Amino acid sequence: MRYLPKSDVERRQMLSEIGVSSLEELFSQLPEAVRLNRPLAIAPGKSEYDIIEYFRDRGLENANGYASFLGAGVYNHYRPVLVDTVVSRGEFLTSYTPYQAEIAQGTLTTIFEFQTMICQLTGMDVANASMYDGSTAVPEAAMMAVRLTNRDKIVVARTVHPEYREVLATYSRHQGMPVSEAGYDAQTGKLDLDDLARQLDQDVAAVVIQSPNFFGVIEDVQALADLAHKNGSLLVFVFTEAVSLGLLRPPYEADIVAGELQSFAISPCYGGPFAGIMAAKEKFIRQMPGRIVGETKDTRGNRAFCLTLSTREQHIRREKATSNICTNQALIALMATVFMTVYGKEGLRELAEQNMSKAHYLASKVKPHFSGPFFNEFVVSANGRTPEQVNQALLEKKIIGGLPLRRFYPELGDAMLLCATEMNRREQMDAVAEAFA
Amino acid sequence: MYPADLRYTKEHEWVRVEGEIGTVGITDHAQKELGDIVYVDLPKVGSVSTKGQTFGSVESVKAVSDIYAPISGEIVEINELLATAPEKINEDPHGEAWLVKIKIGAPDEIKQLLSAEDYETYVGAETAH
Repeated sequence: MRYLPKSDVERRQMLSEIGVSSLEELFSQLPEAVRLNRPLAIAPGKSEYDIIEYFRDRGLENANGYASFLGAGVYNHYRPVLVDTVVSRGEFLTSYTPYQAEIAQGTLTTIFEFQTMICQLTGMDVANASMYDGSTAVPEAAMMAVRLTNRDKIVVARTVHPEYREVLATYSRHQGMPVSEAGYDAQTGKLDLDDLARQLDQDVAAVVIQSPNFFGVIEDVQALADLAHKNGSLLVFVFTEAVSLGLLRPPYEADIVAGELQSFAISPCYGGPFAGIMAAKEKFIRQMPGRIVGETKDTRGNRAFCLTLSTREQHIRREKATSNICTNQALIALMATVFMTVYGKEGLRELAEQNMSKAHYLASKVKPHFSGPFFNEFVVSANGRTPEQVNQALLEKKIIGGLPLRRFYPELGDAMLLCATEMNRREQMDAVAEAFA
Repeated sequence: MYPADLRYTKEHEWVRVEGEIGTVGITDHAQKELGDIVYVDLPKVGSVSTKGQTFGSVESVKAVSDIYAPISGEIVEINELLATAPEKINEDPHGEAWLVKIKIGAPDEIKQLLSAEDYETYVGAETAH
């Protein structure tokens, strides 16, 4: 598909085809009040050379050559060159997600592999073809739990990414799905089991937890699942740092897993587009939003792929729709598929180990705020200064510091969230530690 | 063809009345029109059906069709067999593959249902079109 503007000749042809003489005549039946009777306030067209130069200059404003210790849901990981080589192929890059699915065997193959690897990664039985991102996967999982349990309340941990909780609040506002929050233990940084237990009643459809949580702390998934299940509620497990699954035990006890794959070769890109996942126990498959690709045989008995389950409600019975996702995040999810293929099980474990050792090296030089076990992120106090002051000092050394937490957790005052990945070198970590001294 | 002890609707459901319980299924005509049935979505036990309102759906390889409650009342039992063997609807629609049992809430509604003979005439007329 080419995105070329219409020529004047084509415009005249279209107008004469429908029997009007000018654009003005075409729009004349619109009420005066909704007409914009002036040109759009945008600059006139530029030459190709000017445009290239403009964007080159903007590109130079990027913080190229900086080390980053910023995580909090978007992580600084290496992107293997093979990823862009594969996703730049026209067959993937320019094709829309398949509606006459079986024609696109190549696309279906990649989605099938994606689903398979997501199942292996999360310990779930089934995974869909992907979600828009982690934040929107969370309310979808919550609504799925509401449909499955015939209950309407959601309890979400305050240690779930604050922006994911905002998206959940937006979705729930008009869904008749009350959401309450369970606090965290001020010592460990883990979800407070007692506070959670107090909020569990017969109307709670799901408990939504994240691990490693927003503070980087690893939650006791088993204990939380037991509490939820004893109450007849489902456990929704959320992750923002997919690399952690290379090392941590998959959340087998969860009923639904919703997560973000940005860590898998998806560029931070000023916050998106990313790709989300949703996986679940097989018995919940019918309530899963999105679509699922399956393996089958063609008329000649060859291995082939097909759209096994799709949210057909959205195509043919829209009044029954349970979700607004009809398709998937095909191209961006493909980046993650290539990433998982390149790294493999061993590679991902090794990558996760590197992340953990680097973060723990950095943590050994500063004082983590919470005592709970962590993966590649942890909370640290700015030590008498503001996080902004610390970050300013780091910027002068070409280092992007951590996330000040006050905005989301006022009670944590001058604490900030630091993340170390395989991209950070020892001397950079030493420089960060120095800034906290 | 259509058992005389059942009562029918124009939406192709049947009801077998035994005391205060009405057993509901879809007709042989309906299963033939739908083709191979692959999934049945049934209401929860304890929920209440209202005559004429949709309370579930049947999915075949061709289409998804709503099931309309032929009578009002509380759902007291659902056919668990259909969760794992939905194809039973194609094999034995008037017998083993019943969908739900409803505690009849408004006995007057039964009288409004079609007899086997009337239903057969109705289906014949519908097919002829």
